[in-house]
Amino acid sequence: MNNIFFRNAFLFVGLVFLQILIFNNINLFGYVNPYPYLAFVLLFPYRKERSAILILSFLLGLTLDFFTDSGGVHAASTLFIAYFRLYFVRIILRKSEFEYGALQLNTISIDKILMYFFVLIFIHHFLMFSLEFFDINSFFEILKRTVLSTIFTFLVTTFGYYILVSKKN
Amino acid sequence: MQQIINFVIRNRYLLLFLLLEIIALIFVFQSHTYHKSKFVNSSKNVIGSFYTQSDKLKNYLSLAKENKLLAEENTNLRNLLFKKNLAIDSVIHKVTDTVYHQEYHYITAKIINNSYAKRNNYLTINKGLKHGIQKDMGVILPNGVVGVVQDVSPNFATILSLLNENSKINVGVKNSNHFGTLAWDGKSYEEAQLLDFPRRAALKIGDTIVTGGKSVLFPEGIPVGVIKSLKLRNNYYENIVVTLLTDMSNLGYVYVINNIDKKEIEKLEKNHE
Repeated sequence: MNNIFFRNAFLFVGLVFLQILIFNNINLFGYVNPYPYLAFVLLFPYRKERSAILILSFLLGLTLDFFTDSGGVHAASTLFIAYFRLYFVRIILRKSEFEYGALQLNTISIDKILMYFFVLIFIHHFLMFSLEFFDINSFFEILKRTVLSTIFTFLVTTFGYYILVSKKN
Repeated sequence: MQQIINFVIRNRYLLLFLLLEIIALIFVFQSHTYHKSKFVNSSKNVIGSFYTQSDKLKNYLSLAKENKLLAEENTNLRNLLFKKNLAIDSVIHKVTDTVYHQEYHYITAKIINNSYAKRNNYLTINKGLKHGIQKDMGVILPNGVVGVVQDVSPNFATILSLLNENSKINVGVKNSNHFGTLAWDGKSYEEAQLLDFPRRAALKIGDTIVTGGKSVLFPEGIPVGVIKSLKLRNNYYENIVVTLLTDMSNLGYVYVINNIDKKEIEKLEKNHE
C-alpha cells in the first residue's frame, strides 16, 4: 500500500516538474509540445475504487493549468480520460470488470498497450485543444495540433514507459 | 429517501466525475471571458517563486542577447537626445510641456515564464503590487508591444500576451491619424492581424504600424510591426497581416507602463457613456 502510494506521489510530482520545465518549452515547429504528464492517468493502478484517480487527475490537470494560465483546460480533459479509461480497457484491452483489481499493464501484449495509449492520448489532446481554442471555425487548426501533439506525446510516453516503468516490474 | 441514497452510492463515481468536470469547465469558460480576473493564474506566489528559480538557470544563456538589446536601446536613446537638442534650439515653447509633465512612468520587470505557442498565451513577470504594478497596465519592449497586465499578486503578475484571443490593441499607421485594432488569429507567433482599418487609410505593404493615441495603455507611436500583406475587397481591407517586430518567443526584460493620467482620462470618458 505504502509503496504504491509513494510511487504514485513521486510520479505525480515528477511528471509535473518534467512537463513544466522541459516539455512545455520544446515548441517543435514553433508550436508542437508533448504532454507526457498524461502517463500518470495511464499508469495509475487499475482498481474498482475510482475516487482516488478522479480526484488526483483533476488536481494534476489543475496544477498544470495554474502554471500555464490555461484556465481549466488540462483539468477538464485529464479528468475526462481518468473517468473513461475503464471503457477503453474493456474495448481495447478486452478485460472484464472482474479483472480490474489484478490488471497489470505489463502482462498485456505490446500492440494492445500501444493502441490503448494512442487512443486515450488522442482523445485527451482533442478535448484539450478544443477547449483551448473554443471556436468551431478553428476546427482544422485544432485537428492539426491534436494530431501532431498526439504523435509527440505517444512517442515520449511509450519510450519512457518501456525504458523506465515496465522493466522495474 | 432510501432510493436516493442508493442512487448516489451506485453512481458515486459518475457524480464525482460530473462535479469535478463542471468545476473545470467553469474555469475554462472564465478564461475565455474578456477582462475577468481568473482564479487559475500563474501570478500565485508559489508558482511565481518556482518560475523565478527555473528562470535563474536560463539567465546565463540569454546574457549576450540582453546585452545587445540594451546597447541598441542606448543608441536609440542617444539619438533621441540628439534630436531633442535640435528641437529645443528651434521650437523652445513645446519642450517645457514635456519636461514638467511626464505622462508615463516605466517599471522594469523580468519575464519569468513565457508562452507563445498556445491559442491564448499569458506571460508571468517577477514584479507585482509591491512594485507598483496594477491591472491593465501596458507592457512593452524597446522595440515593440508585449501585452497588458491581467492578474496581480503582491510579488508577481500575469500579462495577457498580444498573442491571445482577448488581446485587442489600438494601433495606427506611422505618420497618419487612422486607427485600427491589432488582433491575433492563433496561428504564427511572428504575425498578427489588423482589423477595422478604414478604407481611406491608404495602407501599403511595408508600412510601419505603431501604437495609437486612442489607448490609455500605451504611449503613442511605439513601433509594433510592419505590414506584410493585405487584400482589398469591395473597398474594404481584408486580411491585413503584420509581421511583429518583437520576437515573442524570446523575451527577457520588459517595461510595464504606468500612465499617470489614466484614472483621470477614464473617469472623464465614463461620463459620456
